[in-house]
Amino acid sequence: MENDIGLWGVPLAVLGGAIRVSTPFIFVSLGEAITERSGRINLGLEGTLVFGAMAAYAVAVETGSPWLGVLAAMVAGSGFGLLHGWICSFPRVNDIAVGIALMLFGMGLAFFFGKPYIQPSAPNLPAIPLGDWSSIPQVRAALNVNALFVIGAALALFLWWAFKNTKLGLIVRVVGDSADSARAMGLSPTTVRLFATAAGSALAAVGGAYLSLYYPGSWNERISSGQGLMAVALVIFARWNPLGCFAAALLFGGAGALGPALQSVGVTQGYYLFYAAPYILTLVIMIATSSPGRQLAGAPGELSITK
Amino acid sequence: MSDAVAVEAVGMTMRFGAFTALDDVSIKVPAGSFHALLGENGAGKSTLVKCMMGFYTPTSGQMLVDSKEAVIRNPKDAAGFGLGMVYQHFTLVPSLTGAENLVISREDAPRVIDWRKERKALAAFMETMPFKIPLDQPVSALAAGEKQKLEIVKQLYLGRRFIVLDEPTSVLTPNEAEEMLGLVRGMTRAGALTVLMISHKFHEVTSFCDDVTVLRKGRRTGGGRIADLDRKQMAAMMIGDQPIVALDSRSETPADATPVLTVKQLKAKDRTGLKSIAIDGLEVRAGEIVGIAGISGNGQKEFLETIAGQRAREGGAVVVKDTVYDASRAQSRALNVRFIPEEPLRNACAPRMTVAENIAFRTFDLNADGKPVAWISARAIRAYATRLIEQFKVKTASLSSPIQSLSGGNVQRAVLARELTGQVDLLVVSNPCFGLDFAAVAEIRARIMKARNGGAAVLLMSEDLDELLELSDRIFVMSDGALVYETPIAQADVHVIGEHMAGH
Repeated sequence: MENDIGLWGVPLAVLGGAIRVSTPFIFVSLGEAITERSGRINLGLEGTLVFGAMAAYAVAVETGSPWLGVLAAMVAGSGFGLLHGWICSFPRVNDIAVGIALMLFGMGLAFFFGKPYIQPSAPNLPAIPLGDWSSIPQVRAALNVNALFVIGAALALFLWWAFKNTKLGLIVRVVGDSADSARAMGLSPTTVRLFATAAGSALAAVGGAYLSLYYPGSWNERISSGQGLMAVALVIFARWNPLGCFAAALLFGGAGALGPALQSVGVTQGYYLFYAAPYILTLVIMIATSSPGRQLAGAPGELSITK
Repeated sequence: MSDAVAVEAVGMTMRFGAFTALDDVSIKVPAGSFHALLGENGAGKSTLVKCMMGFYTPTSGQMLVDSKEAVIRNPKDAAGFGLGMVYQHFTLVPSLTGAENLVISREDAPRVIDWRKERKALAAFMETMPFKIPLDQPVSALAAGEKQKLEIVKQLYLGRRFIVLDEPTSVLTPNEAEEMLGLVRGMTRAGALTVLMISHKFHEVTSFCDDVTVLRKGRRTGGGRIADLDRKQMAAMMIGDQPIVALDSRSETPADATPVLTVKQLKAKDRTGLKSIAIDGLEVRAGEIVGIAGISGNGQKEFLETIAGQRAREGGAVVVKDTVYDASRAQSRALNVRFIPEEPLRNACAPRMTVAENIAFRTFDLNADGKPVAWISARAIRAYATRLIEQFKVKTASLSSPIQSLSGGNVQRAVLARELTGQVDLLVVSNPCFGLDFAAVAEIRARIMKARNGGAAVLLMSEDLDELLELSDRIFVMSDGALVYETPIAQADVHVIGEHMAGH
C-alpha cells in the first residue's frame, strides 16, 4: 500500500504531524496571547508547560482518568500564573526576569515531583478518527485527530470573537493598550493582568498535559523541546491574533513534523537538519519581523518589549 | 438630552505637606456657561480641578452642584453628579475603535456586546451631536482634532453635563481648534452643557468663553466677565509683576548670507516603518531663523533625528556649509553644529549624571586650546559649569545634583547653556518652550533670537504657531512627512498655515 501513494506520504505525514505537533503550540500561544494582550509577557510558560505535563501525568496515573489529569494541569498552571502576576504587581518588577525565574522554578519542581512517575504508564487522551472514510492507512493515520486539537481550534475561534464582542475581551485589550485609560475607567490594570496571566498559564499547562498524555504520551524530563519559549515568538508572529496563533502553530507543527516524515519515506541523510526546522523557523521569523527603525504593528501598547 | 448643571467650588485649599498648592480658591460656573481657568504652569489650575473632580481630597473647601452641597470623594462620585473631565493626554485606547471605546467606558457595558444593537444606539446618539466622527476606525487612525471631539462625545455619551477641558487645543491646528471650540460654545448656549476650560491662550479665552477665573501661585488673582476685561489685564493677573525679558529686535539678514544647512532629497522611515519622510530641499542661511510648523506626528521629530544622526537616512544628504554632515562628534565640533531637541531631559541629557557633567558634555575632553586631553579634569569641568550656570541662571541645589532633579525650565536652561556657548554656526531647535512658564519662555526665545542676530543659522521646529510667528524669518509647514508650504514671515497668515497643517 505504501508504495501506492509514494512521495505523497510526505505531505500527508507533515499534515498529520502538524496536527499532532501543533497542539501544544496552540494552547501555549493562545495562553500567551491572552497574557500579552493584557500588557504583560510571561516567559515562564516553558516551566508551566513542563509542570503541567508532570501534574497531568501524575493525576492520570493516580486516578485513571486523563481528563482529570488535564484539569489538574490547569489548576497547577493557573497557580504558576497567579504567582507570576502577583510578583509583577509590585512596583519596578520586570516581568521578563520574573518569567525566566519561574521557568526554571517550574521545571525544577516538575523534575522533583515527577521522579516516581517516569516508570508507570498513564491512560492516554482519546482521539477522534476523522479519516475513517478512507481506505488508505496513511490518510487514516493523518486524520486521527486528538480531542485537544479540536478544543484548541474552537478556543482560538472563541478568543478571536471574545476579544471583539465581550466586555471581558475589551477590558483585557484596554488594559494592554493603555494602563492610563484603564485607570481612568476605574479598572485596575494589575488585577486584570493577574487573571490574564493565570488564564494564560492554565492554557499553557494544558499544552503540557497534551505532551505527556497524548504525544509523545509519556512523562520524562526531556518532554518539552522548548515549545513554551517558541510560543512567545509565535504570538508576535501572529500579531496577537488568536486565529493567527492557530495558523502559526500549525505552521510550526508542520515544520516540526518534516524531519520524521522525511525519515519515514527513507531519506537517511541530513534529516537531522530538518529536525531543527522549527528552531530555524523561530529565528527567521524573529529576524523578519524585527527592525531597528520601527515599532511592531498591532503590538499591545503596554508590552514591555515593545514600549 | 438632560440639562447643563451649575457647579461651584467654595474655599478650596489643598496642602501637600508644607506646600500650599491651592489657597482658599472659589469658583462659580453657572449652568450653560463656558468658563475659562487661566494661569501659568504650577499656578494650581490642575490641582483645583482635581479637587473638584474628586481625584484629590482637598484640605478644606466644599462643592456645590446645582446650588446643593455635593460630597465628592472620588471620580466616581463626580460622575454620579454628571461631572466629567477631558484630559490633556487622551484617555482613549488607541487600538480600539471609537465605538468600542465608547461602549467599554460605560459603567453598564453588557457582558456580551450585541454590536448591531449598540451601533444603532450609537448612530441615534451621534445624530444629536454637532460632531461627526468615524466610529468604526481604530482611534490611533484618527486625527488629533477628531480624538479631542471623541473625548468630548464620550463624556456626553456617559451622561456628563459639566465637563472640564484641560488645554483642549494644544494638539490642534488653529482651524480645528476654532471649529471645536465653536461647537462646544454652541452646546453651552443651547443649555445642554456647562464647560470649564483650562487654558493659557488668551485669544481662545476672549473669543469663546463667557467668564474667566485667573490663578497665580495657588491663589485667585482675578476674574469676571470676559466682556469686561482685556488681554493686558488678564496677563497682569496671570504673571504678576515679574520681569519679562524683551526680545532683541531682528537685525537684517545680509542679502549675501551663505547657506549653512542644506538638505537635499532627504528620505527616512518614521517610527512605525510604514510611512516615510521626504524633504526635497531646504536651505537655512546664516543669520536667519527658519521655522517649521506642523501638528506633532507629521514627521518633524523624524526630520530632526535624521539631521542629528539618530535615525538612518534612506537617501539624500545633509550638508553643513560645504561638508556632507554625518553627525559625528568631531564634525559637529568642527562645523559648530548644536542641537536642542524636544524633551531635553530625555533627549539631550544623561538624567542621573550631575548638572556639571551634563553641561560639560561637549567640552569635557578638550583643554583650553580645544585639543584633546588624556586626563579629564574634574576641576575644569566644575569651573566651566559654574560659569555657565551663573550666565544662564540655572537654578540648581549644587553642581553635583543629578540633572533630573531640576525643574523643566532649569533643565532647558542647562541644555541651552551647553549648546549656545562658544561659536554656533548652526542651531537646530525643537519645541524649546514646551511646558515652561512665561518668564522662562521669554528668556529662551530671547536667547535664540540673540544667536540668530549673532550670525547663526537656526532651524526651529515648533508646534506653537505663535512662537514661530514671533521668531522666524521664513516658515515652512510640514505635513505627512513633507514640506508642503513656504511663506516669508511678512506674508504669513495663521489660517493659510493652519490649512496646510491640516493637509489641504
